[in-house]
Amino acid sequence: MSSLQSLDIAQRSATTAPSPSIRQSPEVAKLIDVSTCIGCKACQVACMQWNDLRDEVGTNAGTYDNPNDLTPESWTVMRFSEVVQEENRLEWLIRKDGCMHCAEPGCLKACPAPGAIVQYANGIVDFISENCIGCGYCVAGCPFDVPRISKKDNKAYKCSLCSDRVSVGLEPACVKACPTGAIHFGTKEDMHEYAATRIVDLKERGYAQAAVYDPQGVGGTHVMYVLQHGDKPELYHNLPANPRISAMVGLWKGIAKPLATAAIGLTALFGFFHFIKMGPNDAEAPEEHDGNVVRNDDPRA
Amino acid sequence: MKLIKRYSDPERINHWFVAICFVLAALSGLAFFHPAFAFLTNLFGGGPWTRILHPFIGVTMFLAFVLMMLRYWQANTMAPEDRQWLSQWRDVISNHEEKAPEVGRYNGGQKAIFWLMVTCMIVLVITGILFWRPWFAGFFPIWLVRMAALLHSVAATALIIGTIVHIYAAIWVTGTLRAMVRGTVTERWARKHHPAWFREVSK
Repeated sequence: MSSLQSLDIAQRSATTAPSPSIRQSPEVAKLIDVSTCIGCKACQVACMQWNDLRDEVGTNAGTYDNPNDLTPESWTVMRFSEVVQEENRLEWLIRKDGCMHCAEPGCLKACPAPGAIVQYANGIVDFISENCIGCGYCVAGCPFDVPRISKKDNKAYKCSLCSDRVSVGLEPACVKACPTGAIHFGTKEDMHEYAATRIVDLKERGYAQAAVYDPQGVGGTHVMYVLQHGDKPELYHNLPANPRISAMVGLWKGIAKPLATAAIGLTALFGFFHFIKMGPNDAEAPEEHDGNVVRNDDPRA
Repeated sequence: MKLIKRYSDPERINHWFVAICFVLAALSGLAFFHPAFAFLTNLFGGGPWTRILHPFIGVTMFLAFVLMMLRYWQANTMAPEDRQWLSQWRDVISNHEEKAPEVGRYNGGQKAIFWLMVTCMIVLVITGILFWRPWFAGFFPIWLVRMAALLHSVAATALIIGTIVHIYAAIWVTGTLRAMVRGTVTERWARKHHPAWFREVSK
């Protein structure tokens, strides 16, 4: 979204010093209750309306998913999974896909452009697209396969959790539009409280494994799901059971940075001081060790 | 002062072309690697331009480097006396190279740097293509893109360190730089640092 003055930035990409962070705000979360979603896609419409984006009209790929995937213009997509776990009992599991707003965002960790990705104190992870350089590192960093790079401008885009609306006290557009009230928004604490009541209800109705999805491998997320089958998140269009930042990305954007920088710097320093100590290896010079050097480094002299 | 030809005009042009590409590729690449180097994007017209230019500079460097590789690989095959020379690196850096085995056209250190650079260049160009956006990254699975990014930074670090050693050696061993600048070295330089090569060329 836009880079308006903000005093509540918790993390900023490719930045090692603190960002303006004196303003405190409670962590927010969007809670998507998959068990009450009817797959109407009003959230998708609200998203494109509020963000004023229109995707290309695509083609049918044999499912209700429309568009077929997240795109730079479609920041949320209903994923329809037809699941048969018991014979003659088809379940239609519909998951609203989009950015999970991780507490430890892989995109932000990987991003090399200062300030192109920020995380606000309330937990929202936002792409500041004007600072984006189009390298695609966020795509490699994300454990949920969310960021999409536009072919029009080579910038990365994803759900902003309507950070512009949230910053003025409104709920995200998808939350406002949901006709069944399946999408909730509030403080993360309140969302957990509400999710607990939903899980009690689902368990009474026979979903013994109902659970809230708030994966701790990425420090928890600011978009959470209530899942009927909380033990099998993969049923929901391959929602990862234990997402975490890839070890490759962890090494690349973790220990490799200081190690490589130090190794390069120390090599150059070693060379410099080697020269100061040993001097040139000069085929034309008189042999210093043959007694040609007169000692005059005695401080008393 | 008697001079001996060491590098022809095309060889020197080839070398310095690679060197210029290397400096540009290293500066633009470091800009993406660590926030401390992010300011280097300013040298290339900002972040997006740095992202656009870096891979083209890199591929150009690789192609020019292939010519050098073809020119020099035979002169850089490692022999047992090169390994002995390398094991006596303490003598060498104490300006007592005469204690190490006699050196031909290239010493063990130069050969090691040559093969390090060959390895790094090949790793860099392959891994670089694997996460080159917007053109190629989309064709590869995400685990491969991640692995490529990690290996690219490891190979780049090794190449930068190798190049620092390469540059420093040329400064430290007086009279070496002129081999690549003017194409010639002095007879005394050749006799001291590359005696076997000196005998060969003065036959």
